[in-house]
Amino acid sequence: MLATIEAMRNAALSRIAAATSSEELEGIRVQYLGKKGELTGVLRGMGKLSPEERPRVGQLANQVREDLEKALQEAREVLSRREQAVRLRAEAIDVTLPGRPVPRGYRHPLYQALNEIKAIFIGLGFDVAEGPEVESDYYNFEALNLPKEHPARDMQDSFYITEDVLLRTHTSPVQVRVMEARRPRLPIRIIAPGKVYRRDDDATHSPMFFQVEGLLVDRRVTFGELKGTLMAFIKQMFGEQVQLRFRPSYFPFTEPSAEVDMSCVMCGGSGCRTCGHTGWLEILGCGMVHPRVLSMSGYDPEEVSGFAFGLGVDRVAMLKYGIDDLRLFYENDLRFLRQF
Amino acid sequence: MSLRVPYKWLKKYVDINLSPEELAEKLTMAGLAVENLESLAAGFQGVVAGKIRSISPHPNAENLVICRVDTGRELQLVTGAPNVYAGQTVAVALEGARLPAGKEIYRASFRGVTSEGMLCSAQELGLDVSLISPGDREGILTLPPDAPPGADVAEVLGLNDVVLVLELTPNRADCLSILGVAREVAALTGAPLLLPDIDVQEDERRIADLATVEIEAPDLCARYVARLVSGVRIGPSPAWLQACLRAAGMRPINNVVDITNFVMLEMGQPLHAFDYDLLQQHAIIVRCAAAGEKIKTLDNVERELDPEMLVIADAGRPVAVAGVMGGLETEVTSGTVNILIESAHFDGASIRRTSRKLGLRSEASTRFERGVNLEGAAAAADRAARLMAELAGGSVARGRLDRYVRKSRPVTISLRPERVNYILGTELAPHIMKELLQRLHLEVEGEGPFLVTIPSYRGDLTREIDLVEEIARLYGYNNIPASLPGNITAQEKETQGQRWEAAGREAAAASGLVEVVTYSFIGPTALDQLQLPDDHPWRRVVKIQNPLRDEQSIMRPSLLPGLLEVAGRNASRRVLPVVIYELGRVFIPSGRQLPAEPLRLGGLVMGSTGRGWNWPAGEMDFFYLKGILENILDRVKIKNTTWEATADYPFLHPGRAANIKAGETILGFAGELHPDVLAAFDLPARACVFELDWDYAGSLTRGQVGYEPLPRFPAVERDLAIVVEEKVPAAAVEEIIREAGGEQLKYCNLFDVYQGSPVPEGCKSLAYSLVYQLPDRTLTDAEVNAVQNRIQRALEERFGARLRQ
Repeated sequence: MLATIEAMRNAALSRIAAATSSEELEGIRVQYLGKKGELTGVLRGMGKLSPEERPRVGQLANQVREDLEKALQEAREVLSRREQAVRLRAEAIDVTLPGRPVPRGYRHPLYQALNEIKAIFIGLGFDVAEGPEVESDYYNFEALNLPKEHPARDMQDSFYITEDVLLRTHTSPVQVRVMEARRPRLPIRIIAPGKVYRRDDDATHSPMFFQVEGLLVDRRVTFGELKGTLMAFIKQMFGEQVQLRFRPSYFPFTEPSAEVDMSCVMCGGSGCRTCGHTGWLEILGCGMVHPRVLSMSGYDPEEVSGFAFGLGVDRVAMLKYGIDDLRLFYENDLRFLRQF
Repeated sequence: MSLRVPYKWLKKYVDINLSPEELAEKLTMAGLAVENLESLAAGFQGVVAGKIRSISPHPNAENLVICRVDTGRELQLVTGAPNVYAGQTVAVALEGARLPAGKEIYRASFRGVTSEGMLCSAQELGLDVSLISPGDREGILTLPPDAPPGADVAEVLGLNDVVLVLELTPNRADCLSILGVAREVAALTGAPLLLPDIDVQEDERRIADLATVEIEAPDLCARYVARLVSGVRIGPSPAWLQACLRAAGMRPINNVVDITNFVMLEMGQPLHAFDYDLLQQHAIIVRCAAAGEKIKTLDNVERELDPEMLVIADAGRPVAVAGVMGGLETEVTSGTVNILIESAHFDGASIRRTSRKLGLRSEASTRFERGVNLEGAAAAADRAARLMAELAGGSVARGRLDRYVRKSRPVTISLRPERVNYILGTELAPHIMKELLQRLHLEVEGEGPFLVTIPSYRGDLTREIDLVEEIARLYGYNNIPASLPGNITAQEKETQGQRWEAAGREAAAASGLVEVVTYSFIGPTALDQLQLPDDHPWRRVVKIQNPLRDEQSIMRPSLLPGLLEVAGRNASRRVLPVVIYELGRVFIPSGRQLPAEPLRLGGLVMGSTGRGWNWPAGEMDFFYLKGILENILDRVKIKNTTWEATADYPFLHPGRAANIKAGETILGFAGELHPDVLAAFDLPARACVFELDWDYAGSLTRGQVGYEPLPRFPAVERDLAIVVEEKVPAAAVEEIIREAGGEQLKYCNLFDVYQGSPVPEGCKSLAYSLVYQLPDRTLTDAEVNAVQNRIQRALEERFGARLRQ
C-alpha cells in the first residue's frame, strides 16, 4: 500500500513538472486530489486497513497530498508568470509613434517679457499703476515740463486725435496721474506698463510698442538709488554677468537724466552686429524727477525727491529671446508665437 | 538733431592728444552721444591737382579735346568732357593712379593722341555728389582755384579726416557748433580753448549812413546786428573752407554764402547775406508778415505768409522768412558786389511754428528753435565780415548796426553743495564741485551756497538742478555709488483690475488659444468688410488726425478686425488652424475729452484639429469655440451664463450666433462669421469668433468662495432619451429637467442628439445621462423612479416630449 502511494506521488510530481498550461495542472489536481481522485480514493479505502497499518498509510497519504498541493501551487505560479509574459509580449506597441496632441495655448512673448519685468519690480517693492492710452496733451507733455513749441517735442512724433488729445507717446503721463491722485502721501513706488504710440514705422520702429514706466518719490531719494534699482532689475532680467553704464542725456521731465546701456547680451561686450560693434546696448532712459514736474504734481521738491525711468519692453523681449526683427511681434505669425 | 564734427576742424579750437575714438568715448560718456565715427578716407590714390594751361581740338575726333595741364610738370591729357576751360583747376589721375572700384589708370592713345593720365569727375573719384555743385556733377570736377598744381587731391578735398557724428539732445543748443563742442571738449580734458579771430579792419564809410535796421516786432526779435561789406568778388571759396563745409555735410556754393554757412557751423549763429544793392532804400525792417503777403524763397518756391510769421523786409517787400530761409530776389549772385550781413536773434517758438507751417526746415531754423546765444550775434557778424574781406576781397564799413531791444539778463544760480549730495547720493566735497563747474567756464563765488554765474551761451542752465546735473556729468555718472532705496511699505502689488486682466490672459491661453497683439488702430474699410450698416454703433470711432496710412487711421471699436487680419495673414502663409485670442482695450467716443477704453477679450478659431495616425481631425466649429469659452468662464469663476440665439450681428452667420448673457445683461457674443465677411477678409474656411466685455465680466466674478463637500452616499445613473420638435432649444429642455429633477438631480449631461429615421420628420431625439444623488442618504430605486417620471411628465407637458423607444 505504502509503495502504491509512493509511486502515485512520483508519477504525479513528474506530470506536474511537465505540465505546460494551467488547464493541464487543473486536470492533474482533479485526477489525484479531486473528490474522485486517486489519492482521495486511497484515503477513502483506509477503513479496510489493519489498525497498525492505518496510521502509517494515513500519515504518508497526507504527506503526499501536501506535497502535491505545494508542487501544484508552485507550478501554477510559474506558468501564470510565463503566460503573462507571453501576453505582454503580444501587447507591445511602437513607442516611437507620435503622441495624441492636447490643445495648448501660448502667451505672446511681449506679455511674457512684461510679466517678468513686473515680477522683478514687484519684488523690489513697486506697485503696478495704469493710465489711458489716449491721453491729453497736458499729461503727455505739459505736466512733464514739455510746453507747446518745446523743441524736445520733436523727439516724439505723435498721433493726434484733436489738438489737445493724442495717443500717448510714452508711459510717463502715468507718473503725473499717480502723483496727482496720491499727493501728499509718500512713498510713491510704482511701475506703469502699457502700449505707447509714435509716428514712426520702419525696420526698427513700430508705431505701437510697449513701455514700462517706473517712479519712486519719497524723502531723500537719490541718483545712487536709481542706479542701484536699475542694476538690480537688469541683473535679475539678464543675469549677474551683465554690466551697466549710465550716460548723461536729456529728458525734459528728469534731471539729471541718463541713458542706460548694458553690455551686449549677444557678444558679452566684445562687439557684434546686435550692438553695432560697440559692445553696448541702449536699454532705457531715466533720471531724477524734475523739480518742476514734482511741483506741478503737488509735491514740494525741497521736501521730496524721486527718480523715474522708461523701459522699452519690445527691446527687452528682443534681447531676452534673441529676436532680431521687431516686426515679428506684431505680425502674429503662429509659427513664431508658438516658440515661446 | 545730429551735428557733423570734422576732427581736424575741431582741433583748430582745442588742442587735444586724443584719437578720434578716445574723443568719441569721452563725449558719449559726457552726454554728447557720438552716433557714428565716419571716416572720410579717399577711395583713390595718385590723383593730383592740375591747372589747365591750354585746350586744343583733337585732330581726329570732334568730341575730344587735348588739354595741356600743369601738375607740377606739364602733361598732355585727352578728355571728352564738355565743361573744361583754360585756367580751370582739375583733378588729374596720373599714370598708375588707382580709382575706386579698383580702376587703374594707364597712359593711353585716343585716336592717335596720347593721354598721360585722366581728368576725373566727382563720380569717378567716388565723392558724395550731393556735396558737389550741380554744374560739376556731370563733367570734370572743378577744384578750388587755390589748389596748387601737383597737390594730392585727397588733401585738397580735406579727405583723410574723421567726422564725429553727434546726436545732440535738444537742451544742448550751445553744442550746435564746432566751437561749442570744442568748449565742451576743453571742459572734459582740461585742454585750452582757442577762439577764432574776429578782428575786423574797417574803412571810413559808416554803416549808419548806408543802411537802416528797425525792429517792429521786439517780442519775436530780441536783437538784429548788420554789417556791410562792399566790393566783394563772388567766386569759389578756397580749398580749406570748401573742405570744412563738405566734411560738415554742406555743399559749397560761393565764397560769400560759404562764409555765412561756415560761421554758422563754427560759432552756432545763423547768418544771412543780402545783396545790399537789391534792398529797397537799403532798409531792414523786422516785422510780422501782412495777411496774404508772399515771398519766393531761395529754393525757388513761392510761399504765402500769414501775420504770425516773422519776416525781414526792406522798404517795399519781405526779403526773407526770418530765421528760416532767405528770399530769392535779394539773393547773392555772381554779380553781387555789396553784402549786408544779418546776424540776428529770433524767438524759437515762433520760428518753430513758422517752419512747421511752411513745411520748411533749415540749419538756421533748427538752431533758432533750440536757442542761439544772444550775446554772440556781434562776434559772428564780425567774424563773417572779416572772412569776406579776407577771402572775397571786400571792404568792411565802419561799425555795426546793432538793434538790441531785449537784452539778455545775466543768470546767477545759488547752489547748495549739500543739495548736490542729497540728489546724487554722493559725498562730494564742495571744492570738487566748484572745480567741476569752473571747468565749464562758469563763475563760482562763495563757499556754499555757491553763487554761480552762467555764460550767455548756456541757456539750458537756469536752476539749481541744472547745475547738479552738470556736476554729475563731469564727475561721471559711473562714479556715483549705487544703493537700493529703503522704506518699502505695505504693497498692493497689482490692483484687482490688473489681476483680473492677467486672469483673462491666463485662462484664454490655458484653454488652448494663442495670444496675439495687434495694433490699436485699424482702417475704416475694416468696418465695411464687417458689413456694418452706417448707423452701427461701431461706426462711431475715435479718429486719428495724422495717421501714417489709411489702414491705421481709426482707433479700434472692437478686437475683431485685428483678429481677422491675423487669421488672414496666417492663412495666406498656409498656417492653419488659427486659434487665437487678444485681450486689449478698444476705444469708444465718450463725449468727454478722452474716449472710454474698455477692456475686451476676443478670439477666433478657424480650421481643424490635426488628424493623426489613430485619431480623426476635428472641425473647429461653433461648439469647439463654445467649449473654449465655457472653459475660460469656468476658470475665472463666472457662473450661470446663458447662450441665446441672435441674428443681431451683421458680421455673424444669422443661424449660428449667440449672445452670451449674465442675467439680462449681454456679456458678449460668439458665432460663426458670415460668409460675406469670410470673403471680404479672404479667409479660406469657416471661422468662429467671440468678444467679451472683460471689464463687465470682472464685475461678475466673485473669485473662489467656499466649496461643495464631496458626496458620501452613492449616486444612481439613469439615461433618458426623448423626442421633441426640432425648434426646441436644448437649453430650454435642460432647464425643465433641472427644475423637475429638484435637489435629487445632481448632473444632467446631454450625450446624444439625433435626427432621422425612426425619429419623425421635424423632430429630434435628445439623450441625457442623469445622475441622482443626495448629500445625506442613499436614494432608493423607487425614489429615483419617481423623480425620473416627474421629469418625463414635465417634458411632456411643456414640449409634448415623448420617450424614445
